[in-house]
Amino acid sequence: MSADGVDLKKRRTLTLATSAVGAVGTGFAIYPFLAAWAPSEKAKAAGAPVEADIGKLEPGQLMRVKWRGKPVWIVYRTDQNLQDLSSLESILLDPDSDDTGQQPDYCKNPERAIKGKYLVAIGICTHLGCSPTYRPEIAPEDLGPEWKGGFFCPCHGSKFDLSGRVYAGVPAPKNLEIPPYQYLSDSRILIGTDGGAA
Amino acid sequence: MSMMKNFMGWIDDRYPMTKVWNEHLAQYYAPKNFNFWYFMGSLALLVLVIQIVTGVWLAMSYKPDAELAFGSVEYIMRDVEWGWLIRYLHSTGASAFFVVIYLHMFRGLMYGSYRKPRELLWIIGVIIYLAMMATAFFGYLLPWGQMSYWGAQVIVNLFSAVPVIGPDLGVWVRGDYVISDATLNRFFALHFLLPFILAALVFIHIVALHKVGSNNPDGIEIKKGPKGNRWSDSAPADGIPFHPYYTVKDIAGVAGFLFLFAAVVFFAPEMGGYFIEHPNFEPANPLKTPEHIAPVWYFTPFYAILRAVPSIAGSAFPGVVAMFASILIMFFLPWLDRSPVKSIKYKGMLYKVILWIFVLDFIMLGYLGVKPTTDLYKLMAQIGTIYYFAFFLLMPIYSKIDKTKPVPERVTE
Repeated sequence: MSADGVDLKKRRTLTLATSAVGAVGTGFAIYPFLAAWAPSEKAKAAGAPVEADIGKLEPGQLMRVKWRGKPVWIVYRTDQNLQDLSSLESILLDPDSDDTGQQPDYCKNPERAIKGKYLVAIGICTHLGCSPTYRPEIAPEDLGPEWKGGFFCPCHGSKFDLSGRVYAGVPAPKNLEIPPYQYLSDSRILIGTDGGAA
Repeated sequence: MSMMKNFMGWIDDRYPMTKVWNEHLAQYYAPKNFNFWYFMGSLALLVLVIQIVTGVWLAMSYKPDAELAFGSVEYIMRDVEWGWLIRYLHSTGASAFFVVIYLHMFRGLMYGSYRKPRELLWIIGVIIYLAMMATAFFGYLLPWGQMSYWGAQVIVNLFSAVPVIGPDLGVWVRGDYVISDATLNRFFALHFLLPFILAALVFIHIVALHKVGSNNPDGIEIKKGPKGNRWSDSAPADGIPFHPYYTVKDIAGVAGFLFLFAAVVFFAPEMGGYFIEHPNFEPANPLKTPEHIAPVWYFTPFYAILRAVPSIAGSAFPGVVAMFASILIMFFLPWLDRSPVKSIKYKGMLYKVILWIFVLDFIMLGYLGVKPTTDLYKLMAQIGTIYYFAFFLLMPIYSKIDKTKPVPERVTE
């Protein structure tokens, strides 16, 4: 094949160089198509804070607010609920909220809240993203005699207490996330910003 | 007559029409002993065509918009002329596709159709199966019901369980921080695209099949047997031309299939909540997960495997790995089977028992995948998962020690 004065070595080098340049060019051409799948500017901007009026919330009641497309729960916990929190610590995975990624610093307390009465939490299970069910009853048949009220995820059976702290030995690996929030007045909460309190 | 001949000659000089017809139909010699199980391939092709045609028609009235999608499906059901029929054909077709494909795969398992020289044929088939699952997954979000939404949420979050890159990967797939309009819109585009890729893969599958020739219930290579039948001296003695013999047989299969298919479409399109799940009659609500969520029936065996594996060090990743491994392990099947014979007809009792338990195991996992988890069900799913993997991983051992029967020279009736 090396007949007729063809320089095979040069030909191979040129073929390699052409292929390499082509591959780089293809890489550049693919990038916009992959990048187009990332969240758009509109989606990124949709994270504006939302305001919630908690004035009409009754003790034991839960209300849902939508923030960044996710459910945020606000639960009015009774005094009994708050007293029960400490009795559960031995069966929780992270009772002291040591995972700093799951709440702002000002919520690193047993109530995981600014004001103990009101829990504000993102209602998305930390396992695979279902929204757990609010189960305030004490010791219902399906959840056992130890149940002091909390959240139960219907998808894979994860359990959380009324502070959104995860039980040990369930699929969910972390406590529910507490969003940044602040009180505008006694009955109005702004979710999504804390004015730099953290 | 001669005008027709001239016309075909004109075509054949420019396009190998007669050649293709002969090679793949009129002079493609398939073993003469095909049975019931050999209907499934042609039926799968039929269902693919049904899905593409009904799907394109649905796309003419469907709106891939989070605000409008649910309403547009109701519009199709109530206001579009014959829209209800086209939609039920499509939703029933999805389940029918998996029924037919599972039977097709089981045929391969029984008769050793994945064995040499059909390894690539099998591998292309597994790729087709993966593409089908992706298509079904994308399609399931489109009605934008509660089950659509939360099913997609859980499955996309599986990607988020991948260590390090997981969370970013999940956002990239969704195009948002939650399942949203952006997700719906791109899933629609992908759901429209994939069937055509599927059609191309099916073409490659058939090219591979016609290169190596069809297997048969005896697992005998007819190409290696004696030559000469009443159509050709050089064709395998145990082969008959695909057309007209098997085209006619397949039409009988099509008639039987359509009879059952129509019965479901007209009398039980929801199939008691298994083909169209009840929570999907409620529009997607990002604030509330339905009481009980489960994938559609054809995914549930793999979902049961996902749930059976416990989290390790707070990560759901091991379950995700097990689920994907349960599908990817099929690629290795051609090299796991060390039996000296192909067909179950000549395999021993050991293999027969193990295969039938595998079938029951797959059905059990499918059942467990639709049920809520209890301690007993979880244990059953774990045992089922172990058996599932043992079926593949121990195959090199049990297929070798199994007492086989002698294989005859020629195919039997």
